[in-house]
Amino acid sequence: MKFTLNWLKQHLETDATLTEITDALTIIGLELESVEDRGADLGGFVVGHVTECEPHPDADKLRLCTVDVGEETFRVVCGASNARAGMKGVFAREGQYVPGIDFTLKKATIRGVESCGMLLSEREMALSDEHTGIVELPDDAEIGARAIEAMGLDDPVIDIAITPNRGDCLGVRGVARDLAAAGFGTLKPLDTSPVGSTFESPRAVHLDLSDGTEDACPYFVGRYIRGVKNDPSPKWLQDRLLAIGLRPISSLVDITNYINIDLCRPLHVFDIAKVEGDFHVRLAKNGEMLPALDGKDYTLDGTMTVIAGDTRAEAIAGVMGGENSGCAGATTDVFLEIAYFDPIRTATTGRKLNLQSDSRYRFERGVDPAFLVDAAHITTRLIQELCGGEASDLVIAGTEPDWRKAITFRPERVATLGGVEVSKADQVRTLKTLGFEVADVGTTLDVVAPSWRHDIEGEACIVEEVVRLLGYDKVPAVPFSRVQNLPEPALPPALRRRAMARRTLAGRGMVEAVTYSFLPEAQARLFGGGSEDLRLVNPISSDLDMMRPSLLPNLVAAAGRNADRGLKDAALFEVGPQFADDTPEGQSMAATGIRSGRTGHRNWAKPPRTVDVFDAKADALAVLEAVGVPVGSLQVAAEAPEYFHPGRSGVLRLGPKNILAAFGEIHPRVLKAMGVAGPVTGFEIRLDVLPKAKVRKGAARAHLVLSALQPVERDFAFVVDGAVEAEAIIRAARTADKTLIDEVRVFDVFASESLGEDRKSVAVNVVLQPTEATLTDADIDAVAAKVVAAVEKATGGTLRK
Amino acid sequence: MNNDLDQIRDEALTRVATAEGLDALEAVRVALLGKKGSISGLMKSLGGMAPEDRKAAGQAFNALKAQVADAIEAAKERLADADLEARLMSEKVDVTLPVREQAKGFVHPISQTMDEVTAILGEMGFIVAEGPNIEEDWYNFTALNIPPEHPARQEHDTFYLPGEKNGHRMVLRTHTSPVQIRTMQNAEPPLRIIAPGRTYRCDYDATHSPMFHQVEGLVVDKASHFGHLKGCLIEFCRAFFDVDDLPVRFRPSYFPFTEPSAEVDIGCTREGGAFRIGHGDDWLEILGCGMVNPKVLENCGIDATEYQGFAFGMGIERLAMLKYGIPDLRTFYESDLRWLRHFGFSALDVPSMVGGIG
Repeated sequence: MKFTLNWLKQHLETDATLTEITDALTIIGLELESVEDRGADLGGFVVGHVTECEPHPDADKLRLCTVDVGEETFRVVCGASNARAGMKGVFAREGQYVPGIDFTLKKATIRGVESCGMLLSEREMALSDEHTGIVELPDDAEIGARAIEAMGLDDPVIDIAITPNRGDCLGVRGVARDLAAAGFGTLKPLDTSPVGSTFESPRAVHLDLSDGTEDACPYFVGRYIRGVKNDPSPKWLQDRLLAIGLRPISSLVDITNYINIDLCRPLHVFDIAKVEGDFHVRLAKNGEMLPALDGKDYTLDGTMTVIAGDTRAEAIAGVMGGENSGCAGATTDVFLEIAYFDPIRTATTGRKLNLQSDSRYRFERGVDPAFLVDAAHITTRLIQELCGGEASDLVIAGTEPDWRKAITFRPERVATLGGVEVSKADQVRTLKTLGFEVADVGTTLDVVAPSWRHDIEGEACIVEEVVRLLGYDKVPAVPFSRVQNLPEPALPPALRRRAMARRTLAGRGMVEAVTYSFLPEAQARLFGGGSEDLRLVNPISSDLDMMRPSLLPNLVAAAGRNADRGLKDAALFEVGPQFADDTPEGQSMAATGIRSGRTGHRNWAKPPRTVDVFDAKADALAVLEAVGVPVGSLQVAAEAPEYFHPGRSGVLRLGPKNILAAFGEIHPRVLKAMGVAGPVTGFEIRLDVLPKAKVRKGAARAHLVLSALQPVERDFAFVVDGAVEAEAIIRAARTADKTLIDEVRVFDVFASESLGEDRKSVAVNVVLQPTEATLTDADIDAVAAKVVAAVEKATGGTLRK
Repeated sequence: MNNDLDQIRDEALTRVATAEGLDALEAVRVALLGKKGSISGLMKSLGGMAPEDRKAAGQAFNALKAQVADAIEAAKERLADADLEARLMSEKVDVTLPVREQAKGFVHPISQTMDEVTAILGEMGFIVAEGPNIEEDWYNFTALNIPPEHPARQEHDTFYLPGEKNGHRMVLRTHTSPVQIRTMQNAEPPLRIIAPGRTYRCDYDATHSPMFHQVEGLVVDKASHFGHLKGCLIEFCRAFFDVDDLPVRFRPSYFPFTEPSAEVDIGCTREGGAFRIGHGDDWLEILGCGMVNPKVLENCGIDATEYQGFAFGMGIERLAMLKYGIPDLRTFYESDLRWLRHFGFSALDVPSMVGGIG
């Protein structure tokens, strides 16, 4: 919302400076976006009268001007072709900074003639690119006065951001009212005196809205004005519109734009000669066409409101007028439309047509439903002032919508909700300045918000008004103390686990990434996703159109991008959501990671190796252990999803059903489809299905029994069938003697023809931990025999002799 | 006799002193003190002496034996030291060689920043709550007092999904505020929650990402007012940016779900071309907040005549960018290892009010 300082002062009687006003705007919630004060840069230049203009003795194209600035005269060498005796121009004297050429003027000698100062072009004033000649000021410009005043540029332009609830401040008067309520002056009265009529309007207005759609336009005030002259508007009006970036067109058009910005009252003026019959407010016919004032044709539908003549639509209600009945230079008789259009319908229409306008912007935020008749008189007066003409009676259709809402307000709410003590008298004064009706009925106030404040709905809104205009800085900050001395843990168990997973993986040398929750559909499909309920209706690009079924594809893609930059050995992880469907239950949290390339850089002491499935398994186990899963009870099964290598992948599960994690090398076909070089190994942990941490009585650990006796180790090598899983051997060995056997470790695996076809040797180290007495050789032999028997029975293998 | 002994002693000690290496020393020891050694021989000669001489000779022989034995022990130690010295010198390595590599891991600045925010607000008694990323538009908008045709709803650049639940369209949540609604529906006041998480808007340019993170705060009780809101957030900002006297400014603003509403600015300066947070001539918007709109409480079944409270929301990336000098929003999600290592945090650097924030 742009306006100028003088424009504001037309409504606000104030001694406040520009800076005081711009600071105040932000403080009361009308946030200052920018202030353009051209006086700051250009204020030093004065009106100079060229009294003489002679050719330069030594240069054809240069002239020698004598410039009178009142108290002094200067001799200036000037190259402009329009420099001539008698004209008035913009004079910059020696020592002044000229912004357009970024130069501070010095006395100069040009072709042997001394030149003191400069007559400026618009480009030199940094106003435009215009440089065909120097600026010519009006003849009546006062010699020696500030040039920008003569140019109409001395009025600072203020731009503020208006929040969606403050449609009333989309008019300069609304801004002035807020400033007045904040103590920055007084709101000047508005001349709403009726403009008399000389005839009865020959055209009527009909609200042709069927049942249930009357809200589209409940109230319409029209007026026929005849005999107007639609010349260009006067300079003051053009200057104001230009200052805020609007192009002056003609008096009638400029008046509608002006009233719109000045009073937040969108209106329209029809050239009556081009409208057949009466005016009808109706819903458009499906497919009805309307060429609008922006030069484009719009196809309307039955939800949109139009203002029509007897035969065709002439304007899109609240959005834009039609080209057919727009005002032009030849227009003599006009019909003024001041109506209340429904905000939602106006917004919907504009959105459907993709048509924005200053009018729509205001209607969709809600204009003042009680400001139609007054606005008609104000507008008529301005039209008559600038264009002449005679006005008809007002043509009124419908009635003013009921906007009055009584609110019972407890003044103490300013303290109990707003946190600051404000006397009832001060509250009442602020509210009244804002236009509220306030009646003191004892302990409470009966409040009615003004017709232009649709945003005021209850006590909280009134508290906001009082506190806002007092200044939020006046509210004392109160320590927000805890209810109890020590806080509860902020993280619920699930989040604590997530944090543990994250920091465990980072502690294992992996780097955390945060990637988008969406990805290309093709990648979603590679990882078991791509269901239609997870496809974005309006993705920002076709590459980001599907919610991710897994975190792996983004990480694999990231590894690929890093490899393209020369960083081939990536270890990345992410802890985040993945999506199975669009329900809350379909969203789950995963801790997922990948490793690609090798385990590290080449190193003289520790050569790296290619990453493999056991890196992924180790990562997964480390996380599960860190978050309290009893990893000793986990089963490993070769049942990983299809995007893993079928022979080098597995799942970790508790019981047959509850799969906690999958790990493995990513399927080469998947990598190929994604254009990523392998090997890449990865894991995904389903954090939401982990068993709930055991509810314990306190944090005490289990009783610790330490044996004073030395453990004994024995190694065994078994020759088993190639398909026998190491897990089976470990489990058999471990259970051979549950009291004595403390640990079973696989320390060697190899296959060789000497063992027989498809046979392998698995060597295990068994640790025996006596608790009662030192083991004798006989004890040890007995346990060893049990281990051999158990493993042979479980696997069909034999002890390697 | 004494002269003879002195000569024997001198000879013996010379042999011990000049023995080269432990083996040679052992040979000397055997020759002197062994069963057939010369000094042992002297001891044997005592038997043939006259009893009156025996005592004095015995004492002299024993003294000689002890002296030589001590000398041998000392020589042994000296030679062992020299041997060790020689071995260690032969074991010399180039200690300038680099060590075995241990890959370093990092926590993403978004996670770290969320942990910092949680650590500070957790200290004030806030508890973390969560909600789904895919939301019904009722939770994302309607319940938050943003009806379908509200201009604010249009300004949200919402991502839509094809489905509907309970007659409501499915959207990617545009803010973390729907967690307020879910929490208030499911828990009884008093409430103090924060909801960090992913949020989505259909917008992509230098300063907008289609996905970003927010943290939402909600307090519902019978007494918390705008002054508490100010106290809470001023303290938060000062703790987070670790600037004790950080200027914090509250400006009136508008959010459909709060009334009164405010935007919060913190002081900063760009003096000398370097951006710094703290006292200065400029303000920087950092978060939005306000007293919970009674309509929102009522939408969640909470009696707004009895309860009130405040809410706030802030962008995690923005906090991280300001605090850690990260210049570009889009880089957060690119997974560039060089960036992640530069801006990432050690796994052990867990923010807490006891150990410090950032």
